[in-house]
Amino acid sequence: MNSSQTRLTLILLLSPFLLWLGLLVIIPHIDMFFLSIREKVAPRTYETSLANYAEFFTEPFYWNTLARTAFMSILATVLTLIIAFPVAYYIAKMLRGKTKSILFLLCLLPFWVSELVRTFGWMILLRETGVISSSLQWLGLIDGPIEFLYNDVTVMMGLIYTSMLFMVVPLVSTLDSLDDSLIEAGYDLGGSKLSILKEIVIPHSMPGIISGCIVVFMLTLGNYLTPILLGGKSSMWFTGQIYTQFITRFNWELGAAFCFLLLIVSSTIVWLGLKLSGQTLASTVAKS
Amino acid sequence: MLPTIPRSNRYNWSYQLYIFLFFVYLIAPLVVVASFAFNDSLFPSLPWKGFTWDWFINDTQPKLGLFHDRSLMNGIGVSFFVACCVTGLSIAIGTSNAFLFERYEFRFKQFAYILLLLPLVIPGVILGISILVFSNTLANGVEDHIGWDLEFLRPGLLLVVLGQFAFITTIATLVISARLKKFDRSLEEAAYNLGASRFEVLRTITLPYLRPAMLGAGVVAFLMSFENFNTTLMLVGSDAPLTIAMYDRLKEGSTPVLNAVSLFLMLGSALLALISILVQKEK
Repeated sequence: MNSSQTRLTLILLLSPFLLWLGLLVIIPHIDMFFLSIREKVAPRTYETSLANYAEFFTEPFYWNTLARTAFMSILATVLTLIIAFPVAYYIAKMLRGKTKSILFLLCLLPFWVSELVRTFGWMILLRETGVISSSLQWLGLIDGPIEFLYNDVTVMMGLIYTSMLFMVVPLVSTLDSLDDSLIEAGYDLGGSKLSILKEIVIPHSMPGIISGCIVVFMLTLGNYLTPILLGGKSSMWFTGQIYTQFITRFNWELGAAFCFLLLIVSSTIVWLGLKLSGQTLASTVAKS
Repeated sequence: MLPTIPRSNRYNWSYQLYIFLFFVYLIAPLVVVASFAFNDSLFPSLPWKGFTWDWFINDTQPKLGLFHDRSLMNGIGVSFFVACCVTGLSIAIGTSNAFLFERYEFRFKQFAYILLLLPLVIPGVILGISILVFSNTLANGVEDHIGWDLEFLRPGLLLVVLGQFAFITTIATLVISARLKKFDRSLEEAAYNLGASRFEVLRTITLPYLRPAMLGAGVVAFLMSFENFNTTLMLVGSDAPLTIAMYDRLKEGSTPVLNAVSLFLMLGSALLALISILVQKEK
């Protein structure tokens, strides 16, 4: 292979890559940025200004929605970690052979089913005429039907459900790589369960914890279906607000500004997480 | 903490109970969706009124079954078409990207790798919107300056395909790169020494080696495209893919025909999962 041939192949491989990313990801975002900094002053005349961003900060409803979305996403991430960790530990350390791979595959199951179907399942279970409400009435535990949908607890539960897979998989793979003899050694030296967990297991699984948390956080922040369907109109989710601006109100300028604000919040929190843990984006996102 | 370390019975029991409850939580919504597809009632809720196949095969209102429901069947067709396009495109570009990142050194490669991962970091809703905005700018620009109305740049199937392709390609690239990384290059060198041309080596050695990863990436791409909602929602025109058609029904409140179509989706995914497991075995 001579070098001019190599160069030609490189160009041939580079051009689809650049076309794909350039035309479908980078230029659209640049275009959207320009849209977000223009203001309609008269029909068909626009001026460059930060009015859209100013509107976000002066209207409490908007920034409350964003703050709430970010807060709930962080909470969902933490809860997912707490719920998933014992399960991942059980799969990685307590089980062997076939049972282990079956349970692990079972964890992946919801991923194979559309998010729409999963959310539909929760709606059938939780709504006023749903399975849980009817069963409780039949058992005589409650007198009338109860509406379990359209509240924050349900939205949180749905978000955790959707995120579970992305936490369990990295946790299982890091815990798998922890040598059992280290735990046994800790036990032999008289360590309690809690101290073994704190001194050996958690430090070892830190890379898995970080990458799981980052992926879950990003997915939750950008989630649309679960908060809208399980939370209804009162869900106040920021992606729902973006949809409203674009499709319902047709205020594209403000909607574009909202998109950038969401991207900024998302990347800031992810960047902070990476900085605090000393990892890179490539090592966390590419694995999952 | 380990099976080899003695634990109290109570600890054992409570741990196993927790795991059991976790899996109930994981599976409950899926079981419920599937079972109400066979309930002989107009609403997907209790009480159970007996087993029926009506939600699949009945052809009259109000119990219109899935196979006679025009809009849902049309949705399946549209989704299938979109998923095939996205799968083909993303395997092609994904393979080319994999070669680019595994075989070549170029300036700003690190930076390009970050860009490659970008579509995974951007929420689907925003990715969809940005493409909508850009295609709208293009269409308006062309209309204002040349006077052509480019219909294909307005929301519709082409934009849906492009929107899904934008992020699914990243996933395909990662899957195919992972296998290309493990490739033993001495195999290629041997073929060169035996007088093969570059194209022959690619066709007879490297691509057959990559085939399981390309098929695996194809299965994942097909599935992600078929099930995608967020990006599609922003770019959809008059032809609604299945997830959008289902979402519209879901908001109105629907008969168990939605359960029937959900069950259909689950079976389809299970079939694809089986294929991908078989493909993995082939390695």
